[in-house]
Amino acid sequence: MQRSNDLILKTTTTIIVFIIMGFSIYLFFAGHNAPGGGFIGGLMTSGALVLLYVSYGFKTMERVIRFDFKNFIPIGLLIAVLTGVGSFFFGQPFLSHTDAYFELPILGHTHLATAILFDLGVYFTVVGVTMTIILNIAADEGEEELSKQNM
Amino acid sequence: MLHAAVLLPFLAAFFIPFIYRGVKQVHLGWFVLAVPILLFGYFLTFINGVLKGVHTLKTFEWIPSLGVNVTFFIDGLGLFFALLITGIGSLVVLYSIYYLSKAEKLGHFYVYLLLFMGAMLGVVLSDNLFVLYTFWELTSISSFLLIGYWYQREKSTSGALKSMVITVFGGLAMLGGFLLMSDITGTTSIRGIIENADLIVNSPLFTFILILVLLGAFTKSAQFPFHTWLPDAMEAPTPVSAFLHSATMVKAGIYLVARLSLVFAGTDLFFLIVSGFGLLTLCWGSYMAVRKTDLKAILAYSTISQLGMIMAMLGFGTKAAILAAVFHILNHATFKGSLFMVAGIIDHETGTRDIRRLGGLFTFMPITATLALIGTFSMAGFPLPILNGFLSKEMFFKSSLHFEHASPIVEAVSPFFPYFAVGGSIFTFIYSVMIFFRTFTGKQRDTLEKQPHEAPIGMLISPMILVALVVIIAIIPDTFGHLLLAPMVDSVTNLVVDPHIKFWHGLYNPELYMSLAVLIFGTLLYMTRTKWVRIYDVLPGKMSAAKVFDALMNGMVKGSEKVTNIYMTGSLRHYLVYILTFFIALLAITMSVTGGFTLSFDDLAPIALPEVMIAVVMAVAAFGTIFMNNRIAAILVLGIVGYGLSLLFVFFRAPDLALTQLIVETVTVALFLLCFYHLPDLDKEKSSSGTKVVNWVISISVGVIVTLIGIASHSTKMFEPISDYFIKNSYKLGGGDNIVNVILVDFRGLDTMLEILVLGLAAIGIFTMIKLRPGKKGGNE
Repeated sequence: MQRSNDLILKTTTTIIVFIIMGFSIYLFFAGHNAPGGGFIGGLMTSGALVLLYVSYGFKTMERVIRFDFKNFIPIGLLIAVLTGVGSFFFGQPFLSHTDAYFELPILGHTHLATAILFDLGVYFTVVGVTMTIILNIAADEGEEELSKQNM
Repeated sequence: MLHAAVLLPFLAAFFIPFIYRGVKQVHLGWFVLAVPILLFGYFLTFINGVLKGVHTLKTFEWIPSLGVNVTFFIDGLGLFFALLITGIGSLVVLYSIYYLSKAEKLGHFYVYLLLFMGAMLGVVLSDNLFVLYTFWELTSISSFLLIGYWYQREKSTSGALKSMVITVFGGLAMLGGFLLMSDITGTTSIRGIIENADLIVNSPLFTFILILVLLGAFTKSAQFPFHTWLPDAMEAPTPVSAFLHSATMVKAGIYLVARLSLVFAGTDLFFLIVSGFGLLTLCWGSYMAVRKTDLKAILAYSTISQLGMIMAMLGFGTKAAILAAVFHILNHATFKGSLFMVAGIIDHETGTRDIRRLGGLFTFMPITATLALIGTFSMAGFPLPILNGFLSKEMFFKSSLHFEHASPIVEAVSPFFPYFAVGGSIFTFIYSVMIFFRTFTGKQRDTLEKQPHEAPIGMLISPMILVALVVIIAIIPDTFGHLLLAPMVDSVTNLVVDPHIKFWHGLYNPELYMSLAVLIFGTLLYMTRTKWVRIYDVLPGKMSAAKVFDALMNGMVKGSEKVTNIYMTGSLRHYLVYILTFFIALLAITMSVTGGFTLSFDDLAPIALPEVMIAVVMAVAAFGTIFMNNRIAAILVLGIVGYGLSLLFVFFRAPDLALTQLIVETVTVALFLLCFYHLPDLDKEKSSSGTKVVNWVISISVGVIVTLIGIASHSTKMFEPISDYFIKNSYKLGGGDNIVNVILVDFRGLDTMLEILVLGLAAIGIFTMIKLRPGKKGGNE
């Protein structure tokens, strides 16, 4: 298939992807106190990735992103489960969360909650799921196009 | 010790296959033979005790919490049947040693036979209703296995299936009766139930219990109209027919009726059902037996009719009738067992059992012929002092003339009973004579496959012993009467009888003339049988019980197939219609019955203009999707509904939901478009206007119902919502201000964990569906 020269799309994508990524990370971290969280953050990240795939195509992206998004799903689920299991070590029921203030070197007085770890699991799962579904369907379409042309 | 006795056949059945494998030279039957002989000897030792009125009772706790214990109980009735089972069992095993060649699968045969013997002993000795039922079903199963012994033959398997279906049907009905009985009396022991008989007789469920229990007894004992399995069971090897279908299993029903006589007897219903069906079975069985040409089929119908006769006497319920009944059980076991064995010998030595091809065998098989002569004439009730059948038949006639309890119904029907008795006996006479004369006299046919000759002596021993018993019982009936029959009558009726059995009743007794009538009419009808044999085309004609049974079975299979085909159409639309119709009906009925619909305007928020506008747009878009003809357009319009929803979330101050809804809606619309774009261009299914109306009605009803439920549930507030707790504690306990997120990850984190699991599974599912399609790599799809 002949690709048209979509320079404008590629250029804007390069800029916009960073903005979307930044927004998604913001949503993820803001989740505890403002609208946002792992789910929306994950969806936003996938949005950015999809945009990259749309403008640069599979072949280019395969060279840029070497890992398989399918692996995100078990990783995310594992993080979420381990967060829950972690509370056993403190004699608490499954999935008990805690939070506290810490004095960190750079950030100073910081509020940290174990719930963020759980949210991280959600985030990874959502990214893995969305990307797996979209990329697989898209790849399948491409293959069918090819086989149709060969016939 | 008693438990060990009943267990012995099962134990032996367990070891038989090992012996069968290990010892090849000796016929397996010799090892088996020891079991019934041992048991017979063991049970003989009880006679003294029973005569003195000592009843042995042994209990082994099985399920004490339910009152189900393996309690064995020996009184006159149980002991008689135990002796019958083990005695005839020994003879049958002996006979089978010569009957079955070593090439047969003897291991199977004797295992089934021993199982049956043990089960039968369990039935007659159990005092516990449910233990009795357990053994009862075990007899059905082992009999099923024995009938289907030659499982390569289609007739054997279908006969086995038929007997299984009918006897298990009755067995389950009986279980129902047992449950009701034990529920009413509060005990599971048969003796306990007999003690509390008045509770059962006076209970409103009495009719029901009686019919259920009698169903069990009638199916097992092949009473009309359940007799149809017995002729088909004749496909079993002849020793099996002799043992199960003449002497033991078919008498299990007789045993049950006799055992529970003390509960039911004396009621009109019991009298009418048992004696009515008994007489009907007697007449029908003997009438049908004359028509048959296969020796075993004649004997099968003869068994049916004799069982009917015994059943009728049990129904009469007088002292004399019970004595006659138990006497006839003994007599029938002796002559019918020997006749089956004779039939087996004829089959074995000539290759056929069809009386049209047999004849003139007397010269070749004099011993067999003599045995058959005594057996058949005893069955016919021929008036000779050496035939026990005559004695019990006379007693039967006598008992059919006198009834003790005088309710109006009994007085109304009882005058007809002697006519039935004589009618049935005339036909009994005809077929008995027919068996003997058509097999052993007349010309010899030359169509036989084998040159007929006398059977080996081993095969003749068993029928000889039985025929000897026929004669001995006839000569000294009083000895047997004292030893066996009197204790039996005692356990059936709780009355002491004088078991004095006479051959000659004097000249002025009606039973003498009844016997003479049977003799004269029987002879006349036998002589002229070619003239009237056509009557069978009229009755039964096409209405024999076997045909009714077949029609019923076929009808049930075809009928259920039709019913299933009506609603299991394979169309998803139809199933959806069923599901939704039930949904509507259930909810609408519940709501109208419980008065669940309430309407209150208390807690309503004010309606703002933007909300109304969004709602209107969404409604219009939703309606639009229904009428869209283009799929892609329908998806896009559906998207409007989704975005409208996320706008509503914004107005209802749910930013997280709004954000999620926005993105999810976008993704789903994109995926839908992707899929629908690639769908092949199929024609839209054109549904008839009727279907459309149904669809409209159902969808509108679903909408209305859900709306009503929504309104009703909003209008009823039973508890304070728990959201206040979340609002107050979100920061304190969860460390966050975003309540939604704190609930998702902290308060209700488990839900979220499982939801991301669902997402992961969905992704893996899609991946496998796309990547792992069969034929994808080969490209042959």
